[in-house]
Amino acid sequence: MTVWLLKRIAMLLPLMLGITLITFTVIHLAPGEPVDMQMAMNPKVGKEARERLTKFYGLDQPLHVQYVTWLKKLSRLDLGRSFSSDNRPVLDKIKERLPVTLSLNIIALVLEFGLAIPIGIMAAVYRNSWLDKGITVFVFLGFAVPTFWLALLLMYFFGVTLNWLPISGLHTLGYEAYSWPGRFWDLAKHLLLPVAVASFGSLAGVSRYMRSAMLGVIEQDYITTARAKGLSERVVIWKHALRNALLPLITLVGFSLPGLIGGSVIFETIFAIPGMGQLFYQGVMSRDYPVVMGILVIGAGLTLIGNLIADLGYALADPRIRHQ
Amino acid sequence: MSLRTSYLATVFWPRLRRNRLAMAGAWVVLVLFVISLAAPLIAPYNPTDINAWQVLSPPSWSHWFGTDELGRDVFSRVLFGARISLKVGLVAIGIAVVLGSAVGLAAGYYGGWLDTLLMRSVDIMLCFPAFFLILAIITFLEPSIWYIMAVIGLTGWMGVARLVRAEVLAIREMDYILAARCIGCSDLRIILRHILPNALSPVLVAATLGVAGAILTESALSFLGIGVQPPTPSWGNILTSGKDYIEFAWWLSLFPGLAILITVLAYNLLGEGIRDALDPRTTR
Repeated sequence: MTVWLLKRIAMLLPLMLGITLITFTVIHLAPGEPVDMQMAMNPKVGKEARERLTKFYGLDQPLHVQYVTWLKKLSRLDLGRSFSSDNRPVLDKIKERLPVTLSLNIIALVLEFGLAIPIGIMAAVYRNSWLDKGITVFVFLGFAVPTFWLALLLMYFFGVTLNWLPISGLHTLGYEAYSWPGRFWDLAKHLLLPVAVASFGSLAGVSRYMRSAMLGVIEQDYITTARAKGLSERVVIWKHALRNALLPLITLVGFSLPGLIGGSVIFETIFAIPGMGQLFYQGVMSRDYPVVMGILVIGAGLTLIGNLIADLGYALADPRIRHQ
Repeated sequence: MSLRTSYLATVFWPRLRRNRLAMAGAWVVLVLFVISLAAPLIAPYNPTDINAWQVLSPPSWSHWFGTDELGRDVFSRVLFGARISLKVGLVAIGIAVVLGSAVGLAAGYYGGWLDTLLMRSVDIMLCFPAFFLILAIITFLEPSIWYIMAVIGLTGWMGVARLVRAEVLAIREMDYILAARCIGCSDLRIILRHILPNALSPVLVAATLGVAGAILTESALSFLGIGVQPPTPSWGNILTSGKDYIEFAWWLSLFPGLAILITVLAYNLLGEGIRDALDPRTTR
C-alpha cells in the first residue's frame, strides 16, 4: 500500500510536466498575438511601443526559453500577470472568482448526489419495474439534453413566463440596500436556476452509476445470507447493500473535484455568473495567455490530484483493494 | 471472413434487432442521414434567405417552426443544421477512432517503453478539462468547421486508445497470433489483419456514443459563437439567437434544442444497444 502510494506520488511529477508542456504548446502554437489584440484597440501605438510591449511580456524570446521561464515561475506558484489592461497577477484574478464557482458547485454536487443515490437505489431495488423504466428514460434524457438548452428553457419558463426568478447575475441591482435576510433571499433566487442546471447535468450519470453498483451488490452471497437469516428487506437494502454499493461512488466524488474548481464555461456565460468558467472564457476571447494557461494547468493538475484522492479513498474504504 | 460474418448475422444482428429502443435509435439516425442529404429538397425555404417582413413570427402553417430575427425560416435552418451536426459527429469521431486505434495498437502490441510513453500521454491528455481545452484551441484558430471537427477529434481519442490497448493485450496472447508469427507474417500484417478486426467491437460502441458527445460539443461551441459561423445554420447557433430573443421568441430556443436532444438520444440508445448485443453476458 505504501509502496503503491509512493509510486503514484512519484508519477505525479512527470505527468504534471507533461501537462505544462501540452498547455504551453497549445497556447503558443496559436496564431494571433496578444500584443496585436492590445494594439488593435489603439491604432496610434507605433512599432516601437509594440516591440517594447512584446519584450515586456517576454514574447520575443525563443519558445523553449519562454517555457522554462514560465515553468520556473510556476514552481513558485507564480502564474504571471494578466495581459489585460488591469495587468493584475493571474492568481489574484483566480482567487477572486474561485469562491463563486466553488460554492455554487458544492451546492450543486450535494444536491446531485443527494438525489442520485436514492434514485439509483430505487431503480436497482425495483429492477425492471415501471419505476426503473421511468428512471431509465429520465437518465437517457439527462444524457442527451444539452445543458445550455435546459438553461434557456428554465430561463424562459421561470424567468420570462412566470417571472418568478431573475435570469442572470448573482444580485439584483442595488441589493446592498437590503437587510441580511433580504440579501440571502436575493442570492438564493439568483442561484436557484444555475444550481439546478449544474446538478442536472451529472444527475443522470451518477444515478445510473449508483444503479449498476447496487445491482452488482444485490447479487452477492452476503446479501442472500442477510435475507436468509431473516432480516427485513429494509435493513438488507439500506444497511448491508447500500454501504457496499457506495464504495464506487468515492471514485466519482474524486472525479468531481476538478469540476468544482473549473466550473462550467457554458452556464456561467449564460447566467452571467462571475466565476472561473467566465474568467476562462474572457481570457480565451482576449488571448490572455497567462490566464488561460493558469486555469488550464490548475484544472489539469487538480484532476491529477483528484484521481489520486479517488484511488486512495477507494483503497482506504475497501479492504479488498487495500490488500492487493 | 466466414466466421466473422456468420457471427454478425446469427448473433449480433438478431440481438440488436430484438432491442426495440436501439432499433428506434437506428431509425432516427437513418432518418437524420436522409434529411442531411436531402435537405435542399425537403426544406420549404432557403435557410439563408432574409425576409424583413416576417421577422420573429411565431410558428404558423407557412413557417412551421417560426422565423428568426432576420425572418429566416427556422424549420429550414434546423433541417440544414442536421448536415453540420452529422458531419461534425462523423468526422470528429473518425479522427478520434483512427488516432486512438493507432495508439492503442502500438502500445498494446509492442509494449515496453513505447507502451509506457503512449499510455502516460493518454493519462496526461485525460487530465485536461476537455471543453476548456477545446475552447482554448478553437478560439485561437480561425473559425471553421474543419478546425472544429479536427479539434474535437484530437481531444477525444484517449478513450479509444485505452479500449483498443486492453483488447490487444488479450488478443496478443492468442494462439492464432502465434501461428501467424510462425508462418512469417510481418508485425504490420499481424496488427492490421489479425488483431485490429478482433479489437474493434468495443470501439464501435465508443464511437457511436462518441458521435453523440461530439454533436453536443459542436452545438455548445456554436452556441457560444465560436463554432459554426452564421449565416450557415447549425443547431447551436440558432440557439444563440434563441438566447438573445428569449423574451419574445420561444420557438427559436425550443426546436433546435429538441433536434439536438433527439439526435443525441438516438445515438446513445443505438450505442447502448450495440454494447448489449456484443456483450455475451447480457441475455435478453
